[in-house]
Amino acid sequence: MSISMLAGAERPDHPLSRYASTMHIFCAGCGYGAIAQAVTRVYAERKLDKMKYVFFTGIGCHSALPTLLPGYTVMTLHGRLPAVVTGAKLANPELKPICFCGDGDLLAIGTNHFVHACRRNLDMVLILLHNNVYGMTGGQAAPTTPTEYKGTTAPYGYLEKPFDGCELAIASGATFVSRWTSAHIKQFMNTLNKAIDHRGLSFIEVVTTCPTYFGRKNKMPEPIDLFRWIRDSAVSIKKAEGMSEEELEGKFLVGEFQKTDRPDLNTIYKEIIKRAQGD
Amino acid sequence: MSEDKAIRTGTHVITGNDAMVEGAIAAGCRFFAGYPITPQNEVPEMFSVRLPEVGGNFIQMEDEIGSIAAVVGASLAGAKAMTSTSGPGFSLMQEYISQAAQSEIPLVVGNVQRTGPGSGIVSVPHHGDVMQARYGGNGDYEIIAVAPASAQESFDLTVEAFNLAEKWRTPVIILSDAMLGHCREKVVIQSAEEFKKNIIERKIGPRKGFKPFTYEENGELIVPPPLQLGTHAFPFWLPSVSHNEFGIPILDTVPKGSFKMVKRLCDKIIKNEEKITMTESYYLDDADVAVIAYGLPARTGLRAVREAREQGIKAGLLRLKTIWPFAQTAIEKVAESVKSIVVPEINMGQLFIEIDRVAAKKGVSAHLVIQISKLHEPHEILSKIKEVA
Repeated sequence: MSISMLAGAERPDHPLSRYASTMHIFCAGCGYGAIAQAVTRVYAERKLDKMKYVFFTGIGCHSALPTLLPGYTVMTLHGRLPAVVTGAKLANPELKPICFCGDGDLLAIGTNHFVHACRRNLDMVLILLHNNVYGMTGGQAAPTTPTEYKGTTAPYGYLEKPFDGCELAIASGATFVSRWTSAHIKQFMNTLNKAIDHRGLSFIEVVTTCPTYFGRKNKMPEPIDLFRWIRDSAVSIKKAEGMSEEELEGKFLVGEFQKTDRPDLNTIYKEIIKRAQGD
Repeated sequence: MSEDKAIRTGTHVITGNDAMVEGAIAAGCRFFAGYPITPQNEVPEMFSVRLPEVGGNFIQMEDEIGSIAAVVGASLAGAKAMTSTSGPGFSLMQEYISQAAQSEIPLVVGNVQRTGPGSGIVSVPHHGDVMQARYGGNGDYEIIAVAPASAQESFDLTVEAFNLAEKWRTPVIILSDAMLGHCREKVVIQSAEEFKKNIIERKIGPRKGFKPFTYEENGELIVPPPLQLGTHAFPFWLPSVSHNEFGIPILDTVPKGSFKMVKRLCDKIIKNEEKITMTESYYLDDADVAVIAYGLPARTGLRAVREAREQGIKAGLLRLKTIWPFAQTAIEKVAESVKSIVVPEINMGQLFIEIDRVAAKKGVSAHLVIQISKLHEPHEILSKIKEVA
């Protein structure tokens, strides 16, 4: 099916129907399809209002998600998503944006906007799709590429220390922070449900597979190799408590790290208007 | 209550920067995102006071890139929105100005220009961003730019900028400068009732059959109402990549589809040049020499023209209130009736390139009077008028 066949088509009433009627353009073994399906299922199960629960994407492989997503989607520029959502959310507080960003998107070019959106506790669900690599541009090393792994711009191995998106989000002031992987879809859906109900910035990092670039460059050419690598590297928060530092070397934690409550940006701005109008 | 506070009817003595804020709020602007940079700091400062009074939101963003992105988000969500900056910040905003032109998102950018290049001198006037306003971003697109010449016009043309943005669904740039921004002058604001007649309100597209982007019908370009997130007047996917008039990304017909989109975006502005541009003529009926200017040099130019008239030289002035789209028709008309054209600019000759092109076509000589980082002295323009008369 060609993408242009969507032109002028009536919007399907059933949230899953677009998912069923359009193909996705992701590589074999990519985790994005599974994530889109999980999000779509939550959207459908909860019968979310399309006028309110809108999607935003940045630039990356995930920019192709809208053909699968069940609601209106705004594609922003590379890294600018948190800033665009800041404006949209202040202009229309009724919106509850569900946003997708890539690791290059949010942790490289858009770090500034990301950090400030967390600080402001912007009321949005922010899903970071972490595939260790710049997929769309051809497998360049990302700020999330693990040390000693290879990319097309790191032929001798990436020697820099990678970013931990969740730690950055917590330090910046995000109020609900969690990490899952494309091998933890049930848990991810559970957290997403909570995130939709949470008022404030809900950050969910999803570690996912990129067999085409990350796997191929790092001796894991089959999708199942990478899937196993992710599954084996993920350690739950509870299990990690009993593990030594050496045992945790090269692993990453999964689970819900933080859930706190403080006024979100819209609540703060209501207060400013109240003060200005002297009520 | 809020509407009364939005239009401050009466006579005021305020700076150009403050007049810009009052004009924006009177025109219905309810969202401002900005970042401090001299010499436009009074703009966000005044917005931070005024917007919450009328129920709007002011936010100071982390940088100019974030400011324009937030303005795009606010405009998509249904607010009339604006940002302001100066030269270096304006460069940072080009990425999203180009995108807003492509996605046809109405918004206003105030650029209180200062000297460049680089950090330049922060609080002296310079018109170095004239070409950047038009050609600053990537790709081919057209925007609208207005150039106020007084505090009153900083008010009036800001109102007009919002109207133009709504009507043509494009970013509109206000090219002010450090001198105009800081100079205190008289500003008269009409009664709210009179004023509101001239305001174009934000419209929402129809529920059925809404075409989200400018399209051609019977050979005419139709500009539909702006997109609004949270309503049906929105494509199911607003892509930032090239798209057709339905908002469907152009993937399978790259050369043809992309050509159509770029042509549509440029034609929308260029072919409607006569409808968009605003000019004012002084003493041009019998003039031999025409001064063509915009912004503050137009005021200096008018004095030089009057002095030339006193000395028996038939001089006149064409003042451009809009710089982009280029007022081709108006300037051609002037070039047909005069012997020579004098162009005073506070830069090395940016709009002069365009004016000279038209003059050459009509066989008229055009002469540039440059000034850097300061206003012209009237005698500098006068001596050029005498030289070429």
